[in-house]
Amino acid sequence: MIEISNVSKRYPNGRLALSGLNLTVEKGEILAIVGGSGCGKSTLLRLLAGLDRATSGDVSLNGSAIAAPRAEIGLVFQEPRLMPWLKIEDNIAFGILHLPADERRTRVGEALERVGLAEHAQHWPRELSGGQAQRAALARALVARPEALLLDEPFSALDALTRSDLQQHLLDLWAYDQPTMILVTHDIEEALFLADRVVVMQPNPGRVRAEFRPPLARPRDRLDGAFHDWKHKLLAELGHANRPLAGEEHFPAAAI
Amino acid sequence: MLTGLYGLSGLVLPVGLALAWEVAVALKWADGRLLPTPSAIFATLAALARSGDLATHVLTTLQRVALGFGFGVIAGTFLGALSGYSTPVRRLIDPTLQALRNIPSIAWVPMFILWFGIFETSKVILIAVGVFFPIYLTLSGAILGVDRKLVEVGRIFRFSHRQMITRILLPAALPSYILALRSGLGLGWMFVVAAEFMGAEAGLGFLLVDGQQTGRPSVILASIVAFAILGKLTDGLLALATSRLLRWQDSFKPAE
Repeated sequence: MIEISNVSKRYPNGRLALSGLNLTVEKGEILAIVGGSGCGKSTLLRLLAGLDRATSGDVSLNGSAIAAPRAEIGLVFQEPRLMPWLKIEDNIAFGILHLPADERRTRVGEALERVGLAEHAQHWPRELSGGQAQRAALARALVARPEALLLDEPFSALDALTRSDLQQHLLDLWAYDQPTMILVTHDIEEALFLADRVVVMQPNPGRVRAEFRPPLARPRDRLDGAFHDWKHKLLAELGHANRPLAGEEHFPAAAI
Repeated sequence: MLTGLYGLSGLVLPVGLALAWEVAVALKWADGRLLPTPSAIFATLAALARSGDLATHVLTTLQRVALGFGFGVIAGTFLGALSGYSTPVRRLIDPTLQALRNIPSIAWVPMFILWFGIFETSKVILIAVGVFFPIYLTLSGAILGVDRKLVEVGRIFRFSHRQMITRILLPAALPSYILALRSGLGLGWMFVVAAEFMGAEAGLGFLLVDGQQTGRPSVILASIVAFAILGKLTDGLLALATSRLLRWQDSFKPAE
């Protein structure tokens, strides 16, 4: 279980990125955090990953504070961030260097198989497409078998077709070990397709505006009517979240 | 076939000029006394080779360059890596080294002779000093320039300082480092001449001085040719030995 209680983050330049944030994520839950730019969603993910420290408040995993990167927590970045000097299999082994060589080999082989890159084991990162590289990055995070997997807009740089392909793929991968997943995205459809729960954040300063638990059956269908309705509902919520606060009640919708 | 011919295009100018000079002297259009013809230089080299003198001089010089280069590379790599990685170390040593760098290395010759005598030690140290600076500067700069995003991957996997250096920073800095090795080697060849000018009983630099003092330009040129061949050969070997390390690069390759 991941707990975020009363967390604020102020950057050295004085900007308050997060203010008094509270959030609990159950083990095995898939949570999506959506919001426009500047709402602090990436900041929150960096705190959870242990890359940054909160200015005040607590972030904890299973009751112990996250003060630095932890073995139980994996992170997939927006870019693949593969080491260009390592072949794909060595890139994937990067997170399990502490394991004995034969165990490492087994796990990497299994991970390559799962993400469909088995025949690319010996390739250089430059030889992969964007989608393949991001699948390698997923494999690198999952091969360490983290209890929680954090994803920072992992598919936003990909074309629409590859993106929906990888979203389904992510669910398939989740099914193996069912890690807790926290996905930061600005793509409502992606959030709805993947998540059990969607948290909408609003900026200046970053905080939670609303939470939803869309009662959509799995596997989810983007063309389904209920999916469509929920998409509109969340879009409207996101629109409110990014509107200037003071003006929200005073201007008629048509004027904006 | 065509690319083979392109590869030879670099030979046109030097071979053409040499042939022209050879013909000019043979036809008595010019006097070859102060600038001997290629055939005269070759004859001198052949005579030196037959007597065994050439091998002695070449080996003596090669040994000096190898030792000086070796020590310079070790010191430059160690201090460069340290200074690039650790801010306290950089604050401590970098200003001093930057100041020392601005002293032309040849200016140390009188001091080195007083300190280390006129024999091998002072020569090797002079060469090592010349080799040290490009390696130190390039490596520390290259490490400071490594992409933060790759370093973060190491942080997520909780790399130790040593792992961070050997698994991420040094490989990322490798392309610059190899260029620095090559320019360091070039400087090593430059400084060996200076070192052998300051008094030597053997070596190609000694041969240069000897040719001048005995009024034999063909000996001077034979020694220059030997320097050129050795310099090119060692650089080529270094490039060849390191090219495998850079296969991963996705770099610009100019069209033919």
